[in-house]
Amino acid sequence: MTKSAFKPKIVGFLCNWCSYAGADLAGVSRIQYPPTLRIVRVMCSGRVDPVFVLEAFRSGADGVLVAGCHPGDCHYLSGNYKAQRRILMLKKVLEQLGLEPERLRLEWVSASEGDRFATIVKDMTEEITKLGPSPLSVGGHFNVKK
Amino acid sequence: MLKKIGAVLVVGGGVAGVQTSLDLAESGFKVYLLDETSSIGGVMAQLDKTFPTNDCSMCILAPKLVGAGRHPNIQLITNAEIKKLQGEAGNFEVTVAKKSGYVNEEKCTGCGICAQKCPIEVIDEYNEGLGVRKAIYLKYPQAVPLVYTIDRERCIGCGTCREVCKADAIEIGSEKETVILNVGSIVLAPGFDEFDPNLKSEYGYGRFSNVLSSIEFERILNASGPYGGIILRPSDGEIPRKIAFIQCVGSRDAKIGNNYCSSTCCMYAIKEAVIAKEHNPQLQCTIFFIDARAYGKEFDAYYDRAEGEYDVRFVRSRVSRIEERPSSSNLIAKYVNDKGPVNEEFDLVVLSVGMNPPKHAEDLARVLGIELNEYDFCSTQTFSPLETSKPGIYVCGAFSSPKNIQESVAQASGAAAKVAGLISQEKGTLTTVKEYPPEREVSDEAPRIGVFVCRCGINIGGVINVPEVVEYVRTLPDVVYAEENLYTCSQDAQKRILETIEEHNLNRVVVASCTPRTHEPLFRETVRDARLNIYLFEMANIRDQCSWVHMHEPQKATEKAKDLVRATIAKARLLKPLPKPLINVTPVGLVIGGGLSGMTAALDLAKQGFEVHLVEREKELGGNLRHIHYILGSEDPQQRLTSTIKEISENEKIHVYLNTELVDVTGYVGNFRTTLNCNGERKEIEHGIAIVATGAHENKPTEYLYGVDERVVTQRELEEKLAKGDFEARTVVMIQCVGSRNDERPNCSRICCAQAIKNALKIKEVSPKTDVYILYKDIRTYGFKEDFYREAANKGVLFIRYDNENKPKVTQENGNLNVLVWEPVIETSIPIEPDLLVLSVATIPNPDNKRMAQMLKVPLTEDGFFLEAHVKLRPVDFATEGIFLCGLAHSPMFVEESISQACGAAGRAMTILSKETLEVEGAIASIDENLCVGCGLCVSLCPYRAIEKDEKGTARVIDVLCKGCGTCGASCPKRAIMIRYFTDEQILAQGLAALGRTPHD
Repeated sequence: MTKSAFKPKIVGFLCNWCSYAGADLAGVSRIQYPPTLRIVRVMCSGRVDPVFVLEAFRSGADGVLVAGCHPGDCHYLSGNYKAQRRILMLKKVLEQLGLEPERLRLEWVSASEGDRFATIVKDMTEEITKLGPSPLSVGGHFNVKK
Repeated sequence: MLKKIGAVLVVGGGVAGVQTSLDLAESGFKVYLLDETSSIGGVMAQLDKTFPTNDCSMCILAPKLVGAGRHPNIQLITNAEIKKLQGEAGNFEVTVAKKSGYVNEEKCTGCGICAQKCPIEVIDEYNEGLGVRKAIYLKYPQAVPLVYTIDRERCIGCGTCREVCKADAIEIGSEKETVILNVGSIVLAPGFDEFDPNLKSEYGYGRFSNVLSSIEFERILNASGPYGGIILRPSDGEIPRKIAFIQCVGSRDAKIGNNYCSSTCCMYAIKEAVIAKEHNPQLQCTIFFIDARAYGKEFDAYYDRAEGEYDVRFVRSRVSRIEERPSSSNLIAKYVNDKGPVNEEFDLVVLSVGMNPPKHAEDLARVLGIELNEYDFCSTQTFSPLETSKPGIYVCGAFSSPKNIQESVAQASGAAAKVAGLISQEKGTLTTVKEYPPEREVSDEAPRIGVFVCRCGINIGGVINVPEVVEYVRTLPDVVYAEENLYTCSQDAQKRILETIEEHNLNRVVVASCTPRTHEPLFRETVRDARLNIYLFEMANIRDQCSWVHMHEPQKATEKAKDLVRATIAKARLLKPLPKPLINVTPVGLVIGGGLSGMTAALDLAKQGFEVHLVEREKELGGNLRHIHYILGSEDPQQRLTSTIKEISENEKIHVYLNTELVDVTGYVGNFRTTLNCNGERKEIEHGIAIVATGAHENKPTEYLYGVDERVVTQRELEEKLAKGDFEARTVVMIQCVGSRNDERPNCSRICCAQAIKNALKIKEVSPKTDVYILYKDIRTYGFKEDFYREAANKGVLFIRYDNENKPKVTQENGNLNVLVWEPVIETSIPIEPDLLVLSVATIPNPDNKRMAQMLKVPLTEDGFFLEAHVKLRPVDFATEGIFLCGLAHSPMFVEESISQACGAAGRAMTILSKETLEVEGAIASIDENLCVGCGLCVSLCPYRAIEKDEKGTARVIDVLCKGCGTCGASCPKRAIMIRYFTDEQILAQGLAALGRTPHD
């Protein structure tokens, strides 16, 4: 596949209270962004099990977005901080597995940041387009670094 | 006496009116919520962020608006005003005139196609005139009710909207109607109007395009505002580099007759400056102010951060005039600093406009027969801050005095408690409790999924090929039925869904339409009517997150919609019915603390017929009120204390325990069990809620020779002297902020400025020749207390400002007290020899708070006061359900504020105590005890302490405490935790199906 024809597939795990609402606001405001993202709603970014992310990559996702409330705004007090720790750890794991850590993003999007949400999807799409398809999505395997 | 009526009219749909309505409706009363505009939300819906947490205003408000909009016992009456009132407390007849919005409220789905096609552009009031809307419009995107309105003054009658409206909702011919409401009580929450900055012509508002009002600037800051959240100058669309904020525009201004302080502008200006700096860190923000009135809980910390971290510049000076440089449209602010007159150039000027009474205040007062105060705000008394002059009519929010959101919300719940006290016998008489048919057992059946794909007029159907999606969906496993609808949310579609479920024996339902955040409750209701458990329903968002954001790529949007629906169906196949267990509620309250707040809360609960245990650790009731001998105003606090104690002792519902402390608290909302130690004797009580009203203390200072020289006293000690009549002094010096606003205690103690002025005025009354000096940092007499500051200054009380670098020096010389204070205006140190030195000391948290907090599992602030669930919208709730707080336990506050909060705590508590049973959320965590190894990770991670270890060391979820966030599930190393409705299998199936895979691929 040539890079120009490549359209990344991104899975997004969005918290119900801030980021999913921010994605809705992007819609209400008719802010256009590339159709590369498939959103899965969870109640809190703290719900995002590292396994979900790894399974998404194993199943061919070119990128994974985890989005939650801004620090201090978490509807469940502190779930977003837990997400932050897990994603930082996961990025290291991805690197070990031979995937570019840029393919995984954690972002804070509030319910009023429709524009920011759209920008994130645009940026992420561009960045992953540059990286090209995930080695796994083209039939590769995790390539554990020795 | 007329028969009482169990319904209430709430006037004003801002945050206060909405809160009152929700609390009343949740407690068994029918509510009519009236707003003069086309939707509820008020001013808060226009705000970008809220201080001191910078929460997004709409995010925290919208759930409340939606809650009010769909509550079965709240009826919204928009575009309406009151015309006539008859009757008496308990039984009023209200005549309401309702203007037509020319759109049928039942039929309109809020799809917005009419506004897209409407050819007429009109100035948008919601964006404060900075943007445009159409002649058929929604006030704002999240508006409740979600019904468009035609602005008939602008509409040209072309009929385009009628042509494009697929729901046939446009009714151009409809006219005004009159509605008669029979209610037992009325709550007034009409809010405020902004001061019109045109009246301060020296600032050039209206003439210079780069002079904005603070609310206009708020809209500019907002992502949904006129410039999409980018700060631009209206004159040329350039990004400003220097912004000036001018305080007290229309406040503290005798010339225009607004002598009062608007209470909120200092904080909102700081907030706007901070948010502006967050948008653009290069920006220079300057705030011109008289006194920085950051008096509330954690406000000073916010102020300090603005200055220290965000580099906001504060200039203590009143700008006398703004001039425009015509070449650049820049603005010159003219002011005086300690060096002399200054002309400083800015790119943008924001006027911090004050709060005026609502413009219809006089009409409202005349129709209702209530009294207004001299500024046309609703008149109230210190000891009855929620009562208007007319029995049965209550008030909350900014209509009784300028106030911020948190105080408005506390008052709103308080007004609800007052109403409930008046008409408690009628609870439940006019409300409807919906009956549902028994649920069908589907656990053993194979999935039979029905899918309804919405066209949403052309909102979805105009972009996505809906028939293609439906065809595709029919090919997916376990889908036995699929169809498309014009509007899946319409009433007739609900009937169709219900019939289809029956006809095709569906046991899972998927709707592909808009967002579950607004529409899930509606569809859940429908499937419940069709005898299905609500958790057998799921939604795919193909509008907000698909057709609307890929409008120019119909093919790709269609592909994405297929992915999204397929993913949702993959989850739906795995859905399981979940119980929503009911727990019983013990209709008994526990109030901890027998001061003014505790007594008030106890009485308000008892008046509704609830039994109350009132626990006081001292040997008598009264708390701090026992030391208050007079107030600013005419009421006698000691008389109020006596009458309140009498009322408590005569109320047989209230059980008072003196010399009593809490030993242990167990249980959860509805079912607490508390052990008391009453005079050495143990006693157990059961209760459904608890209210923490444990008060605070006056700090004993360690500086300024306190305790060394007996002529150095605290304000409270001075008040005792004045009350006993043994005051004698020729010269009195008062020092403010002793132990407050310093490194140890960065926050303001709020009450000391007015307390000092109260005592100074008393001194001037009993001994007019006595000289009184008040040495202060900022005088924080907010609201109408500003009048007393002015009065004190007029009576010759001398105010001298000091700052932390130049604190007054107090020494003893030859037996005399000597105070040396730096006078910043004349730049000299002045020696004063007072006979009495009075220290305005800090209010400090009750030292027992820590023990109480641990016992009740509730948090404290860094300062040691109790920390509420949410600063703005849950000011008297704890995050732990069923526990509330009020009064000085929350933070330093005045008598009227303590009473408001105490009533508020009672109002929030009644929403629980009024129910026989509580429904617990079904989508919560559960732990497989066979897999759990008892590592305890989940116990420590749970933010609600909803997981505990049982005797075997296995973790167990306390269902009623779990909120279903799922953090525990993501961390369990043994995968022993299942998060219902968001199980690992369900989330993985959805995520993988979106990629075109199944978990077994």
